[in-house]
Amino acid sequence: MSEINREAVAHLARLAHIEMTAGELDKMAGELDVIVDSIKSVQEAAGPDVPATSHPIPLANVFREDVVGETLTQEQALSGAPDSADGRFKVPAILDEE
Amino acid sequence: MSELTRHSAARLAEMLAAKEVTSVEVTQAHLDRIAEVDGNINAFLHVNTEEALAVAADVDKARAAGEDLPALAGVPIAIKDLIVTVGQPTTAGSKMLEGWMSPYDATVIKKIRAARMPMLGKTNLDEFAMGSSTEHSAYGPTRNPWDLSRIPGGSGGGSAAAVAAFEAPLALGTDTGGSIRQPAAVTGSVGVKPTYGGVSRYGAIAMASSLDQIGPVSRTVLDSALLHEVIGGHDPHDSTSLTDPVGSLVEAAKTGNVAGMRIGVINELQGEGYDEGVLARFHESLDLLRDAGAEIVEVSCPNFKYALGAYYLIMPSEASSNLAKYDGVRFGHRVLPAESPLTIERVMGATRAAGFGDEVKRRIILGTYALSAGYYDAYYGSAQKVRTLIQRDFDAAFAQADVLISPTSPVPAFKLGEKLNDPLAMYLNDVATIPANLAGIPGISIPGGLADGLPVGIQFLAPAREDARLYRAGHVLETLLEEKWGGPLLSQAPDLRQLSGAETTSGAK
Repeated sequence: MSEINREAVAHLARLAHIEMTAGELDKMAGELDVIVDSIKSVQEAAGPDVPATSHPIPLANVFREDVVGETLTQEQALSGAPDSADGRFKVPAILDEE
Repeated sequence: MSELTRHSAARLAEMLAAKEVTSVEVTQAHLDRIAEVDGNINAFLHVNTEEALAVAADVDKARAAGEDLPALAGVPIAIKDLIVTVGQPTTAGSKMLEGWMSPYDATVIKKIRAARMPMLGKTNLDEFAMGSSTEHSAYGPTRNPWDLSRIPGGSGGGSAAAVAAFEAPLALGTDTGGSIRQPAAVTGSVGVKPTYGGVSRYGAIAMASSLDQIGPVSRTVLDSALLHEVIGGHDPHDSTSLTDPVGSLVEAAKTGNVAGMRIGVINELQGEGYDEGVLARFHESLDLLRDAGAEIVEVSCPNFKYALGAYYLIMPSEASSNLAKYDGVRFGHRVLPAESPLTIERVMGATRAAGFGDEVKRRIILGTYALSAGYYDAYYGSAQKVRTLIQRDFDAAFAQADVLISPTSPVPAFKLGEKLNDPLAMYLNDVATIPANLAGIPGISIPGGLADGLPVGIQFLAPAREDARLYRAGHVLETLLEEKWGGPLLSQAPDLRQLSGAETTSGAK
């Protein structure tokens, strides 16, 4: 058994910014426990001498000339936003100061 | 159904070039077909009637004026709704992006426009491409044209079902762990995952950036090669895009010869967990290739047993990062929490709770776990090492063989709902397709016949940058099998006009 219990899922859900009901937390804890149990064998696959691969095809740094290319207009960039004002994204309060 | 919808893209291109038919006629025939059968199939989330017909009319005018046109000009195509398009909504199959209009085109869409191909619409998928059955779409599942009570594969079930149901001759898909190849296998169509970086990912909504790849979906190997040449090539907008030229894929698909080709059978991708019918069709294909002069060799990839585990750590880790951008600020939906205080953090939590479906939440939480302090080395770090081991397995295998072969999916299409409540059983569908994504190598799935009346796929894999080998081997096997069947596999598919959802819920057999 792995260590994914309801409290752990609640903590992860907070980190991931997803509100979850008590029922959802219970269900997901059960599911994740089974999933993690089945995939944790990767830990025994490789010793310390095996290098990690983060990217399938090795690439060197990719640069371009430092010139202005195609960009979105301010209007285009805001076109899908749920709320905007004065050409900017409008967000709810960052801090709770009630 | 109009005969026009039965033709391959290559044949339609010939007929258009010879002025035997107009693009408006071809496009309208497919739109009519969509109107006729898509109520049952649900392959399309959006049908782009007006623009498609306008593009078709333009092509016809240009052709009449004697303009020099690209090879596929006037041949219509469907687009997986994970790829952003100006003028059509892009939803990624999620409520989060319902009705969202992209302000820019993906690079592949720019190429489709330059190739003057009318876009028929956007196809259904598992939400954010997370799934193997298209049942995780927020807009209802797509149904398999062979049996409406069964899944069309996923995540690209919409694109595969669209070509298999003759609603489109071509489609675009994306493949992170098999989302082009597995749907091709279970619908009797063709799907190709190119070498990682061979086709630009710019404008493909990201799930797992080191695994995602756009590729062609079609009914014939040649058609996929034609489309691959249109969409492939270097793109400065995608920093992981390869600078190599696309290569002569169409020519490879016409070579028609496997004499002397060494084809490696992967020991680890058969046996336990594979359906008997799937294995029977697989061994028939091996016999045909052997008789055609190929040398069949056995290869071993011992670390493949860790591939699924590595994939289900790397993919959710990358997905949890990529999906952090759906925060209810820059695009998509915003949902306010029921009670105050109304802070950005709580709005984010409520937005993501309402906008994401169960599978997406599962993967975000799993990825957040794998990346969290104290677990990172054990899980994500180990998975990245497994990736190295899998690449080494492939290197050793390709030292013995020019291409590798396996069944694409261990089982034919299963029933809708059958695995929906068992995530692990669902994940096992990708066991044969995942290794290629982890290693970045190209793969193709072609129809291999039927098992209990349902299509089975044969997968070829080639070394990175050797996509042409897939088309050569794939075309030869396709030709041999069609000779045996007396025509394409899809000509054996049921007539959708005779089927209704209700009649087939009891199953085809």
